[in-house]
Amino acid sequence: MGAGKSDYFPLKGGDFSDAGVGSKCLRSELAEMGVPGETIRRAAICAFEAEINVIIHAVAGSLNYRIEGDEIKITVTDMGPGIEDIGLAMKEGYTTAPDWAREFGWGSGMGLPNIKKNADALQIDSVPGEGTTLEIIINLRADGQK
Amino acid sequence: MTIYELIGKLELSLKNKGCTDTPITGCYASDMLSDVLANGKEGNLWITRQTHPNIAAVAAIKGLSGIIVTGNKDIDPETLEKAESEGIVILSTGLQTCETAGIVYNLFLTDKGGGKA
Repeated sequence: MGAGKSDYFPLKGGDFSDAGVGSKCLRSELAEMGVPGETIRRAAICAFEAEINVIIHAVAGSLNYRIEGDEIKITVTDMGPGIEDIGLAMKEGYTTAPDWAREFGWGSGMGLPNIKKNADALQIDSVPGEGTTLEIIINLRADGQK
Repeated sequence: MTIYELIGKLELSLKNKGCTDTPITGCYASDMLSDVLANGKEGNLWITRQTHPNIAAVAAIKGLSGIIVTGNKDIDPETLEKAESEGIVILSTGLQTCETAGIVYNLFLTDKGGGKA
């Protein structure tokens, strides 16, 4: 693989119109590189769910991806409110999403579990009252599987 | 079964331009988008009452064959445009989700000679 590719996308809380812009660019980039469809799907699910989490919970944040060597690194960071109990947040069905997000079909408590299921590695750093950073790694394997 | 064949069997109106020759591998009914991201399968037809633009992204990521919006709900023009740009066909029906899923499921059983939808 040649030189690394990367891009950056700002995200605004409460604005679903920005959701999916970063994950769509990542999908296009990976498709152009001839990455297996299953890898593209896993990376796109992780990126999209992470974008949605920022839009639902935070005032603002950003998504950054970097494709280099044999991995895709997706970093999603936001400005609060932070996660009080990461263990609880990882439980499928647990949610602190507001009603307006549920009306849009989000906030079912599946976002972080979906990311964990599709990522090869997931690191969550969160400080309540300050913000959260997700670092997601997807390995570029020939068969596209985890 | 293709989307074109389904339109002929169920009262569906096509809301955007797209390929109706796409084979449907099954159907998935849900209004929760993360649920579809987790459990929808490639080629599935998604039955939902959600109409906002995020449904186009979900369908594209999962490689779904199309979306049926139930209950005659108005569909945001931005949703139709985004879906079209992703090659996702959006159909509309006056039926509710449960009725739509039941009919589509039975059509699959018939189509597959009693197999699983």
